[in-house]
Amino acid sequence: MSSQMALLSGNCGGESFSAVIRESGISPLRADGIEILQMNITRQCNLSCRHCHVEAGPDRIESMDRKTLELCLLAADTHPIGTIDITGGAPELHPDLPWFLEQAARAGRRVIVRSNLVILQDSKYAFYLDLYARLGIEVVGSVPDYRLDRAERQRGKSTFLQAIASIRELNQRGYGIPGSGLILSLAHNPSGAYLPAGQASLEHEYRFRLREAYGIEFNRLFCLTNCPVGRYQDYLVNSDNFDDYMCTLRNAFNPAAVQNVMCRTTLSVGWDGRLFDCDFNQMLDLSVNSGAPKHIRDFDYNKLAGREIMILDHCFACTAGAGSSCQGELTPS
Amino acid sequence: MTQSYYEPKDLADFPNIGEFAPEEAKKFFDYYAQATGPGKLTEREKALIALVVATVRHCPYCIDAYTNKCLSLGVDNDEMMEAVHVGAAMVAGDVLAHATQIRKIIRKKGM
Repeated sequence: MSSQMALLSGNCGGESFSAVIRESGISPLRADGIEILQMNITRQCNLSCRHCHVEAGPDRIESMDRKTLELCLLAADTHPIGTIDITGGAPELHPDLPWFLEQAARAGRRVIVRSNLVILQDSKYAFYLDLYARLGIEVVGSVPDYRLDRAERQRGKSTFLQAIASIRELNQRGYGIPGSGLILSLAHNPSGAYLPAGQASLEHEYRFRLREAYGIEFNRLFCLTNCPVGRYQDYLVNSDNFDDYMCTLRNAFNPAAVQNVMCRTTLSVGWDGRLFDCDFNQMLDLSVNSGAPKHIRDFDYNKLAGREIMILDHCFACTAGAGSSCQGELTPS
Repeated sequence: MTQSYYEPKDLADFPNIGEFAPEEAKKFFDYYAQATGPGKLTEREKALIALVVATVRHCPYCIDAYTNKCLSLGVDNDEMMEAVHVGAAMVAGDVLAHATQIRKIIRKKGM
């Protein structure tokens, strides 16, 4: 067991996630279909953000091969999976991404790319701005804070204004503009050991501040709770915040959020084709279990659509307060 | 032995104060949620007011809770400190305003 897993298996000074959901009458937690196929196609990234649960960076070499990309397409094409959600690392660094997007966006399927936005300012990757617009790709851009100092504390120097420049260029292509059909969502996550506020309240603040300071627009804000996995766990441990953060997550447990956690309708595919309940479990190497196939080449919709979810105490991050997912809050704040 | 009357984990027990007085606790929590939730004042403005009251009242639980809430709501560090100075000024003003009582007595007792 990895040291990260061990830390999350130690109950962190309180009841385990599995005990808490059992007491709430929601155990075992099972998937309820597969609406979203989330693919982590590369762990390489141009940034090395301090909160990154993937621990992505320029030196990572893990990358999904063409065969696995094709198997993902086949699974989505032959089953009722409405959304393909592409993440990384920086997906734009994957050489097959342009080809894959052309294939995935056929027949009007919803395709999401999670971009750090900074990479779109690199002339080698700026062509994605037009490609995304032409294919109607939904862009979820990381903007952890609307203030430069807090955002750069998390993502590194000179990243904030580059992300703002990319949003401006996406706006010029129609992204974030009502009626254009091109969706630009921004992702907020706290720059420290605390939880995000309600999505409605922060979205209002983001919209007002970003419009006033930079004249940029977006469709909606996703508030994401930082999950105590990867570099964020290291940060919590090194800053002596781990126990306190876990206690905060546990105290904010919301049974209503459990019903809507993303793992119930999402299947996560790793760079090597292995299957997971979510991107966080992927980084903990905690693959799907209870008889469900573990690799995309053995994809079996019926077995996977009702699988039992693998849980540990990091799952408290998705059930705290209004809940948290790659699509933001799980219950209205 | 390092023990204190104030333990951070005690804050988690706060929702259980209704154990022996459930009706009163329910009324309190309903009132608390109404009073601190967004109304004509935003949640952000109310969190800053609560932080100042917490600091003035020296409540470690409330200072912990509302510093975190202000951070979550995107309140700037300097906004929090500026707000606390309002509390500090009010406390100082409160003390000094009571000096009028001293002066009143001095005037009365003096020849």
